[in-house]
Amino acid sequence: MNENRWSTGEPRVPWEGAEILYSEIYQIVGDDFEHGGEAAAKIKAILKQFGLDNTVIRRLSIANFEAEMNVIMYAREAEMQLQVLPTAVRVILSDRGEGIPDIAQALQEGYSTATPQMRQRGFGAGLGLPNIKRNTDEFEIISTPGVGTTLRYTIHLQS
Amino acid sequence: MKLSVLAEKLALKPVTAMYDKEISGVYISDMVSDVIANAKPGDLLVTVQIHNNVIAAANLVDIAGIVVTQGKLPSEDVRKMAEKAQIPIFSTDLSRWQVTTMLYEAGVR
Repeated sequence: MNENRWSTGEPRVPWEGAEILYSEIYQIVGDDFEHGGEAAAKIKAILKQFGLDNTVIRRLSIANFEAEMNVIMYAREAEMQLQVLPTAVRVILSDRGEGIPDIAQALQEGYSTATPQMRQRGFGAGLGLPNIKRNTDEFEIISTPGVGTTLRYTIHLQS
Repeated sequence: MKLSVLAEKLALKPVTAMYDKEISGVYISDMVSDVIANAKPGDLLVTVQIHNNVIAAANLVDIAGIVVTQGKLPSEDVRKMAEKAQIPIFSTDLSRWQVTTMLYEAGVR
């Protein structure tokens, strides 16, 4: 399996064995434009209940929306898991899909594989992954062409 | 400036229920990723995009209201979604440029 990996940011909390205060999983279905943005909206509502800083909520909401729309536009299905930790909020999104053959290219602002239909709806600016990168403190992409992609991104909470 | 005042000054047609709010600025864009990354909370969004994903994005970043230009009208589903999010939508036959100049003349800076 030729797995492609890319990451940025300094990992502060281990992915395994961390203390998790709250966790929830949302299902996202490919091509389901009708519900695009709903998982991000649900997560925003939960983070508000936790009383998190508005900037943190905004940054995670932007990343979540882009990640969710990417699944709807490019993958078959995915689970999006929210984890609220004492010192961070993070999301693990695993999809079944075609994967990303060249992650560095996909991360370039302006690069897009959107169809004319997607562009008509105002997508395809090539800002999806760059928006996730810009709004998170840690971001990791693991993709296997023909199998799927996992995104993991974290926003640190200030103590 | 209040949305209700702007709507009257620019003769904008409300296509949803009115949720009057103070707007803090304006963002003009038809690209969803641009809106969600760069529009600020309390902004009035001026756009030709009027599908449910735009409403979702607008709601995530706390857009105060939406002006749809070029006479476009949102579907019933989109209107309901906007009302649930308490984001009023207005329609106008004007272009984005005309709306922009009128917003400026109305005192939005």
